[in-house]
Amino acid sequence: MILNDEKFRLKVGLAEMLKGGVIMDVVNAEQALIAERAGACAVMALERVPSDIRKEGGVARMSPVAMIRGIQAVSSIPVMAKARIGHFMEARILEEMGVDFIDESEVLTPADEEHHIDKRNFRVPFVCGARNLGEALRRIAEGAAMIRTKGEAGSGNIVEAVRHMRTIIKDIRRLTVLGKEELVHEAKLMGAPLDLVEWCAEHGKLPVPNFSAGGIATPADAALAMQLGAEAVFVGSGIFKSSDPEKFAKAIVKAATFYNDPQKLLEASEDLGLGMPGLEISKLPEGELMQTRGW
Amino acid sequence: MAVRVGVLALQGDFEAHSKSLLQAGAVPVEVRTRQQLEKIRGLIIPGGESTTMLRLLNVLDLMGPLRDFGSQKPIFGTCAGAILLANQVLNPVQESLELMDLTVQRNAYGRQIDSRVAVLEPDATFEQRVGAGKLEAVFIRAPIIRRAGENVTVLAEYEGDPVLVEQGMHMAATFHPELTADSRVHRLFLSKL
Repeated sequence: MILNDEKFRLKVGLAEMLKGGVIMDVVNAEQALIAERAGACAVMALERVPSDIRKEGGVARMSPVAMIRGIQAVSSIPVMAKARIGHFMEARILEEMGVDFIDESEVLTPADEEHHIDKRNFRVPFVCGARNLGEALRRIAEGAAMIRTKGEAGSGNIVEAVRHMRTIIKDIRRLTVLGKEELVHEAKLMGAPLDLVEWCAEHGKLPVPNFSAGGIATPADAALAMQLGAEAVFVGSGIFKSSDPEKFAKAIVKAATFYNDPQKLLEASEDLGLGMPGLEISKLPEGELMQTRGW
Repeated sequence: MAVRVGVLALQGDFEAHSKSLLQAGAVPVEVRTRQQLEKIRGLIIPGGESTTMLRLLNVLDLMGPLRDFGSQKPIFGTCAGAILLANQVLNPVQESLELMDLTVQRNAYGRQIDSRVAVLEPDATFEQRVGAGKLEAVFIRAPIIRRAGENVTVLAEYEGDPVLVEQGMHMAATFHPELTADSRVHRLFLSKL
C-alpha cells in the first residue's frame, strides 16, 4: 500500500512540516519576500492570482519558468508551483526545476478531462484539491502527499471552503462507525480504494495532511478553516488583493497559530484595512466555477 | 507521575512530537505563550519553517523567555528547532536563540527532491543510554551542522557531518525522529530532564 512506501513518507514528511502555517500565492520575487518576511511557511509561485484568472479568462497554464526561478532565487522557504490537472509534462518540468511541491490545480485550465497525473512516479510531492472524501482518496491513491479542500478560488468567499471541509470531515466520521462489509460498499459508492477507506475508518482522519484553500480572505476565515479541521491554510488572492498585503499576511499567519484563542485573533484583526473584494458564489455562472474541475 | 514536556506549537510538526513524547512515556503540552513555559520540565522545538517560527517568536516577545528557559531547563530542537538553537545560522544569516555552540547551514542538502531517509550507526554512548540498534533518520530540506564547538558531543553522523548532538542539557537533531516509530531519541531527551 502506498502509505508504507519510503518515498511517499518523505513527501508526506514535508507536508507535515507545513502544518499550522500559511502558504501564500505570489506572482513575483518581491511578493515572495514580503510573504517570507511576514511568516509564510511556503509560497505558491503563479503567474496570476485566481481572482485575476477569473477576471481575465483565457487558458491558465503553468507559470513561466523565469518567474518561478526568480521566486526560488529569493526564497529560503519551500516554493510550490501549479501544473494543470492531468498535465504530467508541466509537472515534469516543475520537478526538473526543483520546485518543492506541485499543486495539480483546478485553478488552471485542465489539460485532461478524465485523468489526473500519476503522481507516484515523481520524486517531488504533490498536493491536490478535493471536495469530498472519495475525491481526496482517489488523489492519494494516485500519489498526492497532501490534500487541500478546494473551496472556490479567487472568490474571497469562504462558504465553499467551509462546505468542502465539513463534507470531508463528516464523510470520515461516518466511516468510523461502519462495519467491515459496509466499508466495501462505501468504497464502491465513493469510488475510492478500499485500503484507504479502511485506513480512514480506523484512524478517523485522512492518511495525509489536510489543508484548506479557496476563499480565505481574513484572519477569521483562516481560524474558521482550522477550527473545522484544516491543518494549515492556503491563501491566494486574499493577501495581495487586500488593501495592505503585508499586514494581512502577518495577521493571517498569527491566526493560523492562534485559531483557538479569540483574544489573539482580535489582536490580529485590528487595523487591518479592507480585505479583497468578494464574490457571491450563487451568482457565478456554472461554467466559471473552478471547484467542479477534477474527477 | 509522568513528566510534562512542552512542544513549541507555533508552526510545524508539533503533533508528531507530542505523539513521540507519549510513546516515550511523557505528557506533551503544547506551548504558545510565555505562561505555558512555567509548567513544563523541558521543551521541544519541532520541525517546520524556522523563519515562520522566528517571526512569531518575535511578534509574541518569546525570544527572551525562551533563552531564559534554556538557561535553566533542557531544550531539544529538530531540524528548524536545531536551527533556532544554534548560535550561528547561515544561508541566509538569521537570528537564533544561541543556546548551543553550533554553526548550522539551512537547506544544506538542496530542495525537497534531495530529501532522504538514511540509516545511521549511532555512537556507542547513545546505544548504551537508550538501547542498541541502527537509527532511521528522515531528512527533509534539512540543515547541516557545519561546526560543533568543543563542548558539543556528537551522538550520530551522516556523510561525515554531525546530525544528532548534545551540549549539556540541550540536544539537537537535523533529522526528524518524530516521524519514525523509534522513540530512543525522545527517551534520551527525557533522561536529561
